[in-house]
This record gives sequence, structure tokens and C-alpha cells, in this order.
Amino acid sequence: MSNNKIKSEGVNIKSHRLSKKEIEDNFSDLHSPLTPIEALIEADRCYFCYDAPCTKACPSDIDVPGFIQSIRSDNLTGAAEKILSENIFGGMCARDCPTEELCQQACVRNDHEEKPVEIGLLQRYATDSVLNNGVQLFSREENTGKSIAVVGAGPAGISCAHRLAVLGHKITVYDAKDKLGGLNEYGIAAYKSTNDFAQQEIDYILDIGGINIETGMELGKQITLEGLQKQFDAVFLGCGLGTVNQLNLHNENISGVIDAVEYIANLRQTNNKDELMVGKHIVVIGGGMTAIDIAVQSKLLGAEQVTIAYRRGKNAMAASEYEQALAKKHDVQIQYNLSPKQLIADESNVSAMEFDVMKLQNDGSTKATGENLTLKADVVFKAIGQKLVTEGLTDNSLELEKGRIVVDEHRKTSLTKVWAGGDCILDGDNLTVSAVQDGKLAAISINETLTQGA
Amino acid sequence: MADLTSNFLGIKSPNPFWLASAPPTDKAYNVNRAFEAGWGGVSWKTLGEDPHIVNVNGPRYTTMMSNDRRVIGFNNIELITDRPFQVNLKEMRQVKRDWPDRAVVASVMFPMNEASWAKHIPIIEDTGIDGFELNFGCPHGMSERGMGAAVGQVPEYIKQATEWCKKYATVPVIVKLTPNITDVIYPAEAVLEGGGDAVSLINTINSIMRVDYDSLTMFPTTGGMGTHGGYCGEAVKPIALNMVAEIARNEKTKNLPISGIGGVSTWKDAVDFIALGASNVQVCTAAMVYGFKIVEDMKTGLSNFLDEKGMNSVDELIGKAVPSVTDWKFLNLNHVDKAVIDQDKCIKCGRCHIVCEDTSHQAIEYSSESGDRVFTVNDDECVGCNLCVSVCPVVDCISMVAMTSGTDPRTGKEISSEVADWTTHENNPLKVS
Repeated sequence: MSNNKIKSEGVNIKSHRLSKKEIEDNFSDLHSPLTPIEALIEADRCYFCYDAPCTKACPSDIDVPGFIQSIRSDNLTGAAEKILSENIFGGMCARDCPTEELCQQACVRNDHEEKPVEIGLLQRYATDSVLNNGVQLFSREENTGKSIAVVGAGPAGISCAHRLAVLGHKITVYDAKDKLGGLNEYGIAAYKSTNDFAQQEIDYILDIGGINIETGMELGKQITLEGLQKQFDAVFLGCGLGTVNQLNLHNENISGVIDAVEYIANLRQTNNKDELMVGKHIVVIGGGMTAIDIAVQSKLLGAEQVTIAYRRGKNAMAASEYEQALAKKHDVQIQYNLSPKQLIADESNVSAMEFDVMKLQNDGSTKATGENLTLKADVVFKAIGQKLVTEGLTDNSLELEKGRIVVDEHRKTSLTKVWAGGDCILDGDNLTVSAVQDGKLAAISINETLTQGA
Repeated sequence: MADLTSNFLGIKSPNPFWLASAPPTDKAYNVNRAFEAGWGGVSWKTLGEDPHIVNVNGPRYTTMMSNDRRVIGFNNIELITDRPFQVNLKEMRQVKRDWPDRAVVASVMFPMNEASWAKHIPIIEDTGIDGFELNFGCPHGMSERGMGAAVGQVPEYIKQATEWCKKYATVPVIVKLTPNITDVIYPAEAVLEGGGDAVSLINTINSIMRVDYDSLTMFPTTGGMGTHGGYCGEAVKPIALNMVAEIARNEKTKNLPISGIGGVSTWKDAVDFIALGASNVQVCTAAMVYGFKIVEDMKTGLSNFLDEKGMNSVDELIGKAVPSVTDWKFLNLNHVDKAVIDQDKCIKCGRCHIVCEDTSHQAIEYSSESGDRVFTVNDDECVGCNLCVSVCPVVDCISMVAMTSGTDPRTGKEISSEVADWTTHENNPLKVS
């Protein structure tokens, strides 16, 4: 990963912008969990719709009215079972799903009173009850004698591994990193996953047994796709997107120009957020969730001025309206129609960024107006998307398109024994919940394939 | 502003909202606070013989609640007053003196022997109270001792005790009825026969609230053992309304004045009771849940309602709805309603569809083919049962609309403007021709 660390502390780039206490407060839970009475009252608001729109809007098919009815009757284990049997990462999805675009967007209460049922918070209430108490809801079926390799310990891989383990298969999960969880551990904004929740959830999921973990194993290095296909009955690729897109500007390597993904990973891993280097004036390039996450978190770390510069218009932005509003609430400026032109350096560090001001054309494309805009910047975060590391994949005639793995509806790739899911597949939508669904569907398909004629 | 003053059996009060005989009217302290808050009258908590009874020192009240802890139903095992007879008399005398414009009625419960009535009734009346209310309704505790509901369940006892009370009282006598019977007409007629001036109903309904899910004992208990109590509050109102209406439309009892009791929580509940034949209402649970202040809205709500209806007084409302209550056999079987869904108001929850599909007549169709959820009534199957209206979360989204002409597509029969009920129906083996 090409990345420039901040070379040295200066007037405008420094740590300890806020006290440890202030930072702790800033990074506490984005939404407080519901208390029991709040949960009961909120659960009562659910109309128990027929063929419920919320369930249809859920990428992982959670029976939303079903689990809410169980909360309403104090049957929290039943509620959690309904959620986790469709989505084993129901706890994390309750925290980081863009519910305002999925289940809550579909809630019929929007038509009635413009206030949907707080499905995300209710889901968290139900799943916390079993995760916090370590109630194991799943058991493994009889050993099938089949073994499956899972590459990547993110939501897709672990979801697939868990479902296969339930079905009685033996799983080995490989991951390049030290800790499991993928973006749940290294990517999601810190205020969405507090108190080491990502690891707590992984521990809960792996508690079922039958899942062997191998960390420090990178595809194309310590392990190969060819080798895995030989060694295992099936392979699931949930390797995510291992590298980030670049601006392709000539002086992109100067100090202060940073990959947002890597900065966030550091932020998530450090125990001393106050020691992170934070710029005074920050410019974030991008328009997705990562852009919002790095912008908001920079503010929470004490940056004075944070501007998101997005090359297209508001409606084209991948970050949801809710997320854009969250950024604005944290005093982040969002500027649209700005296309990066050049980085302006001052001695060894970036000092500003110049943009072409764009204009939306009738055909939907954008065109430079000829005007320019320069934003002061001690730090420029690149949040312009990630891409698949194709080394270790291409030699095996695995079909790729637009740099992603091609899969069918069962998440099966062009290779007989290989399935894939999560961010690495074509048309993946970069949501945790979709990755979990991919893993689940692949597991069901793998199981059907391996047990056929058995 | 409509006139809210009430004249019940000659007992005048500034409004028709009385507090029922119950804990809120146990002593002068409470009653003074009630009158300060604006209540029109009270039925003082039931007096009995000395030595006074004792109550349990454990849970006397339990509620059934919604998830947001709104009280729906209320259970109690409290007995009649547990204070000395003379203390109550002294306080009643003082209260009536201090509040001459308010109604103060003495609720009483004595054993089935005339001597007891002869001894107590005149002394109580001497306090200056406006009337008596005979408690023949309490279903717990006192009924084990041959009083309360034990009297109210035997028309002959009701008649006898009413006669005794009338013999020794000069003020009006109201008899409070128990709902723990099969047909309320029998006790009501017994009151008439005994010379009673009015009935009040309902008293509470025998009930056990639930079990304790940890100990698997009934809930609540007094140190491990529990007993059934009397159920009241909003949940019982429909039961009370039916009994009030039954008495109001019964030929023999239709002129017997009624004080309506049972789940009155708002002015609307009072409208229900009064329109179905009550002359005033008595309230307990709502006060025990919210305090005395709730009477303020009851008064302004009823007054505004009367104004809107162009009525000058509560009296004009009494019994307005009684003529619309009849026996099932007289309902018009030629009438045909069909459900109509206002698609602009529909929020597409689909509850009308699933309840009709699963539990009724498969008359609401669902389509989602166009991507839009659409629910439509199939008139070929709709029997006009009103279940869809009853479960729809949106006000006035589904309504029942009467067919006035054409053919009912369900039966193929032409809509007739003629009234035809069960008494003349061809399927009735006992039909009258």
C-alpha cells in the first residue's frame, strides 16, 4: 500500500489537539443503546406489516416484524435468533447499516408520520442481549468430513464460515491481518463500534467451533488459490479490496497526503487516539462513506477545518443523505463539483489543494468550467475508492470484470470449486450487510454442492 | 357553554362526574382534595358494621399495562372502609357542611338482617348526606361473608335489602350492581321491586391478573398466596355499557335512573354511558391512575361536545343512543356493507389483507407486481364484517359503505330497500310469517 505518513510535527500538524477525556467523549457511541422501556415502546410502534417492506429492503432478509414482535413480548432470545439466523453479524449491522436507506426507509410509518420504527436500535437491543450474555444460539450438525477454505476474515468470510460450520463442515479461515473482522475491525468509524465490539462479536461467532483461524496469511504470498483448490473441497474468497485508488497527481507522495483507509485503520487500532497526528486544515477527496468517516473523525480528533471535496453533485454522492447530514452536524463542509487539479506543497508538506470547478451537463457528465478553487490543507485525505489486489487471482483463469470477481446469484465464480462475496465481487455495494448475505448465500450453495449425492 | 349541572334523583351536583365508592373517597382528606379539583360528587367509601374490617398489608392493586405502561385494566382486593364507623360519620358530616353544593352519597354494606339496617341507616343519614348507595357488587372478600356480590347475585336478597334500606332512609337509595351475573335485568328488576330509586353499575369483575413467571404463583400474592380481585378500568367499559343499555331498553326498568360506572377515563366515555341511558357517571380507576386533575378535561370536553351538538344540558343527552340498541334478531339482513379502502390514505402495512386472508373472508387482495404494494377489496367475497376497519392503523382509511342499489356480487341478490330480519327469514325454523 503506497502511503505517506506525516513526516514531522509542525505548527499545523500535531497530536494532542484535544484532551484524552474530550476525545473519549467524542468517540463514544453515536447512538446510545435503547433502555428496556425505550425498546418496548419503540417495538410497540411496529405495525407487524404483511410481506413487510422492511424485510424486503434488508439485504440479508431479516424478518424485522418477527424479531420486533419478540422484543415486544420480552422474548429477547427469540428476537436475536430471528436476526442472527439470517445475519450472524446482526450486532454490527445494527450499528453500521445505513438503515435510513434500507429497512427504515421502507417502514410504512414514514407514510403515516414521517418517523420510521428505529429498527437498527431495536436490532442492537436484541442482539446485545445474547452477545453480552454469551448465549449460544447455534449448534453444529454432524461432521460432514468436508473442509472449506475461506480467504478473508471480514463479514463475508466469517459469515460464510459460520454457516458452513453450522452445517457440519470444517473450515479454515485465512487472513493477512493480525486481527479478525476485516473492515468491522479496521474500517468502520470508531463511534459506530465502541468497546471493542467487533472482536466481541467475532468471539461470539467463532464460539460455535469447527472454524480454524490462520492469520498472517496473504493470498498470492503464503497461500495460493491453486493450492487452496487442491487442498480443500471448496474455497470462498472474501478478501475485500486490498488497495486504494490514487489521485494520479505528480507530487502525490509528498508528506501530508494520506490514504483515508489506512489512517482510519490506525485510528481504530490505537489505544491513544490523542497521540494521532491531526492537521489543522483538512481536505478530504471523495464522496463515499469513507470520506464522511474520515472527515467526521478528523473533526472529533480536533481538526479545525474539514472540507470534503467531491467531484460531482450532491445527488451523485455515494454517502447517504443521513451521513451527509451527520458530517454537517459535525461542522464538516461539503463542497460539490470540485475535481482535484494539483497539490500545492510548502517545503516538504502539502499546504493547499487546487481544484477545477465542474458543472453538471445535461447528459449527466461533468465539465470543467475553467474556474479554479484552492483550499488550504495541511492534510489531504484520499478517499476515492479501493480496488481488488489481483495478484494471486488472475493466474487461475478466475473471471474478473472491471477489476472485480464475477459471481452468479449463488456467489459462485467461474471456477468450479470457488465462491466469492463481499467487496471483492462485481456489483458489490460495499455494505457490511451485503457482504454477510454473500457469505451466507455462498455457504448454502457450497453445502448443496458438497452434499449432493451424498 | 352547555349546562353541566346534574340532578340525579333530586341530588344536585355542579357536574355529572362523581367519584365512585373506592379508595379515592375513603376519608375527608381525599374527598376535600377531590372537591377542590372540581369533582361534582362522591360516593363515600363503603361503610359497614363496627368493628371495622381490616385490609391486607400487601399488594391491593395490580394493573394490566401496555408496553408504554399505560394502564388498561386495574385489579383490586381492597375491602370496604377499614376505619371506625364513627370516624367516617364525623368526617362525612363535616365534608357535607363544607361543600353544600356537591353530592355526597354514603355507600353502605350491611348483613342480611333488618336490625343492622335499622340501626345504621338513620345515623348515617343524620350526617346530612344526600343519598345511599347499596354496595351489592364487591366481588372479593366481603362476598365470602355473605355481603357485596353475594347479595347482588341473588335478586331476592337485592329486593329484601333494598326494602330495608328504603324503610329506614328518607333520602334516595341507589343500588350498585355486580356484573358477575348472567343477566343484569334480574337484579335491576329486583331493585325496582324493592323500591330502590336508581341503580349504579357496574361494580368490579372477578379476576386474576396473571402469574409470576419466576415463581409460577399467581400474581400478585400476599406473602405467597393470592386471591381473585375486582377488575375495572378502561378494559371493562364495553361490558358496563352493555349492562347499562340492557337496563335502559328493558320495558320494566327503562325509567329506572342509572349512574354509569366502569372505565370512565375521558369525557367521551361519559358520553357513551349517558347516551346509552346513564344520568351521570362515577369514576375511580382514572383518578387512581392520574390523580384528581383529570376531571378538568372531562368537564370541558363534555361541555364542548354538548355545545357542538347544540344541546343545552347533560339531560338532553341522556338515553339518546338507546333506541339504536336492539336484539340481534331484529337486525336488517337485507342491509349490505362493503369495505372501501381510501388508497390515498393507505400506508400499505397490509394488516387488513393478512387478517382477512388468514381469519376471515379472503376479501382483500394484495399485489406487489408493479413494485407498489396495493391492497384492494374484492366485493365478491366481502361480507362487510368490519375486521379490516378494526385493525387498520390509519384513521378513516377503510370505511364500510352501504350498497343502496344493484346486486351484491357476493350473493348475486338484488339490494332491497325493504327491512327483513331473522324473525321472518326463510332459514329460521321458528320464523313468523
